Amino acid sequence: MKEFEAGCSRPKGQAKPATETVLTPDVERGEQRTMIQVGKPAPEFSAPAFYQGKFVEMNLADYKGKWVMLCFYPGDFTFV
Amino acid sequence: MEVFSISVDSVFVHKIWNDNELGKMLGGKDVPFAMLSDQNGNIGRLYGIYDEEAGTETRGRFIIDPDGIVQAFEVMTPPVGRNVNETLRQIQAFQYVREAKGAEVTPAGWRPGKNTLKPGPQLVGNVWKEWKVQEAFEE
Repeated sequence: MKEFEAGCSRPKGQAKPATETVLTPDVERGEQRTMIQVGKPAPEFSAPAFYQGKFVEMNLADYKGKWVMLCFYPGDFTFV
Repeated sequence: MEVFSISVDSVFVHKIWNDNELGKMLGGKDVPFAMLSDQNGNIGRLYGIYDEEAGTETRGRFIIDPDGIVQAFEVMTPPVGRNVNETLRQIQAFQYVREAKGAEVTPAGWRPGKNTLKPGPQLVGNVWKEWKVQEAFEE
């Protein structure tokens, strides 16, 4: 993971998907959000991260060849 | 195994949470994995676990194998915490069956060291001989 300088502006490289995907379903056109499926490729993305005292850019594609666990949670300082 | 946590908080908030709370739980050490920032919720949407109304991620956990394939996920609403031992058990089981290349499968309640099943014509209708219901509940 490559380190980046964090200045007054927000870190560059806002979390973004690597593939072009419709992110927000168009409900009026009858689109529904679909859950990703087991047995199918995990959507690729890159995102800024805090890791061991540094700000770094993480890219999921860099971890091909390794087991990966992604853990989403509601927010820092929440209690559970 | 690479672990990543993700929330809509900025990397700055992650740092302060690490420095002021989580680090104290870890005896002064830093959180051992990278804490990812998904401030616009795009990654959460990609994985189908972003709560548009709340503007936060739900408690989604994904196990991805070395080929980049999602092998398992679990999604929970915020008030209930996860069971780390169950996650570890699933990872061990997925690693085991990957190693076995389809020759073995892990029945309910399997843990490392417990019996696996070998699928094939001879096993059809005979699982009752190889596996007992109580094994699903044994540690």
